[in-house]
Amino acid sequence: MARGRKPFLLVLAAIPALPAYILFMRFVHGLGAVTNLTDDMPWGLWKAFNVFSGVALASGGFTITAAVVIFHLEKFRPVVRPAVLTAFIGYMMVILSLVVDVGRPWNLWRPLFYWNERSVLWEVGLCVIFYTTVLFLEFLPLVWEKLGFRGGIRFWGWLTPVFVIAGVTLSFLHQSSLGSVYLIVPGKLHPLWYSPALPLFFFLSSVALGLAVTSCGAHYSSRAFGKSFEPLITESLGRATAVVMIIYLAARTLDLGMRGNLDKAFRMDTASLFFQAETALLGLLPAALLLFPAFRRDPGRVAGAQATVVLGIVLNRMNVTLTAFQLGTGARYIPHVFEVAVSLIILCAGSALFYLAVKHLPVFGAGESISSPPAHKAPEKVRMGT
Amino acid sequence: MTMGCGLLFDQTLCLGCGACELACQKEHGQPPHKAVKLDADSFTFVGRVEGGYFQRHLCMHCGDPACASVCPVSALRITKEGAVVYDASICLGCRYCVMACPFLIPKYEWNSPFPRVRKCDLCYEGRVSKGEEPACASVCPNGATVFGERAELLRIAKGRIQREPEKYIDEVYGEYQAGGTSVMMILGKTTAASGLREGVLLDALPPLTGRMLRKIPVAVPVVGLMLAGFYFLTKRKNDIAKEEEEEKNG
Repeated sequence: MARGRKPFLLVLAAIPALPAYILFMRFVHGLGAVTNLTDDMPWGLWKAFNVFSGVALASGGFTITAAVVIFHLEKFRPVVRPAVLTAFIGYMMVILSLVVDVGRPWNLWRPLFYWNERSVLWEVGLCVIFYTTVLFLEFLPLVWEKLGFRGGIRFWGWLTPVFVIAGVTLSFLHQSSLGSVYLIVPGKLHPLWYSPALPLFFFLSSVALGLAVTSCGAHYSSRAFGKSFEPLITESLGRATAVVMIIYLAARTLDLGMRGNLDKAFRMDTASLFFQAETALLGLLPAALLLFPAFRRDPGRVAGAQATVVLGIVLNRMNVTLTAFQLGTGARYIPHVFEVAVSLIILCAGSALFYLAVKHLPVFGAGESISSPPAHKAPEKVRMGT
Repeated sequence: MTMGCGLLFDQTLCLGCGACELACQKEHGQPPHKAVKLDADSFTFVGRVEGGYFQRHLCMHCGDPACASVCPVSALRITKEGAVVYDASICLGCRYCVMACPFLIPKYEWNSPFPRVRKCDLCYEGRVSKGEEPACASVCPNGATVFGERAELLRIAKGRIQREPEKYIDEVYGEYQAGGTSVMMILGKTTAASGLREGVLLDALPPLTGRMLRKIPVAVPVVGLMLAGFYFLTKRKNDIAKEEEEEKNG
């Protein structure tokens, strides 16, 4: 396995020259030197992809921990650790993106002490800080296990429900608040996307996305790392994704209908095409397929449909931040090639971190869980064995 | 809502001389230039409107400013005089203010390593806080821009419209826009657009997000307790199921 990965690692090692140059330009000559951002389009690809989509893509962490630790759906236990790891790395990449994106990153800590409880972004900032901390705490048992620190494992076993309840509550706030961010620009967002219910839509879609990401992750990492999961897991995740997606899409359709904007979805203009791509092609279609038990029996097909759901919800975040904002304000923005480069580099950095973590920490299999105390779990096993 | 002082701009009196632009640039230490649009070095500009009038553009200084409400660290705030002012030293550079402003006023220093949000501050530091009028109002040769109490300015504006209804559009721009602004404008009747942003909500914008934010102190304990409830409920259910299983197996 190691030999096959070497070229991949070499490419990773050669990449730092480009980000070094971009970062130099960014921090010496300002955002204008490496981005196509303007006063008309103050938020671009980094906010759209790395922050808004990045936070959504990290939602596997809270959905799966909620399912296993809070709802005791034991069948999903094998994917808890990869889901928590993905979320933790995801949030670190979000923070990294913010350091590059905001104009004065040395002030990023200030929301902790300079409160503005009228600002959604203040609340979002606190959610990022606190939830990243919680994810770090949820991730630590992997380190304890690696180090053989039994006291840590046992202590964390008791604390995990507390961490998970805090994490799910923070995620609920954070995911929905990213939708609230856009509530204050009613005149600037195309009506196919602006809605007072944006926070609800962002939360519902983040749940679907969390399930879909975890399902894809389980399928593809089982191939990449030679670990296999029960097909039952992706089968159940597929059904859950389909149900949440259909609730989400029904809520959006209902909202458009109630506010008299449904006709705008079928005008075959730029807005409606982006809307249909996001909701029908990359939303309703895979969700409908996932409803059929026969379709869900093939893990490859389930993974394909789930990947489509992932693309659809990422497109939703990009549509709100980029498409709908441009259509609503008349601004024009095409990301600078350096913006695209930084977005991809951060994505690669996250993937590399995930790879390293899987290689060196008991992410798959091995340990019991991040959650249940080994003391409580061990006797059961004995009983089952006899 | 804080709205003590304000400016009244009367389009029909503006000569387009640009004295306000130069006075503004001098007051803020910017290189003197003929401004062609609002940008990081031009907090105001005067542009010709088809039909013979001139229109001045500057921050409207909302009574309940969206920019100040969205700022995660309160780097933007409204003073008791009604000026919306900015403190770069605590600003993160998130640019949510630029996003949120319904009048598209705040501009960003895109090419600086220490970027600031730039916009008219109603000369708060140097003048208004000391009881003086802003630089632009002090130099206007024809009284097109005047400084005063907002209520008084609104009365003057309505008086002018009432006296010469054939000359003025029957609306004070800024009386209701975005919930009411400290800077107000009255416009001459012309077929051409003034270049002022149309369709601005006639209500204050911060309540749009405030409604959601107010729910959070309630949502956090409710969600937390619900999750804890589900935790114990499903745990108990699992335990019972396990016990039954054991009994069955003897």
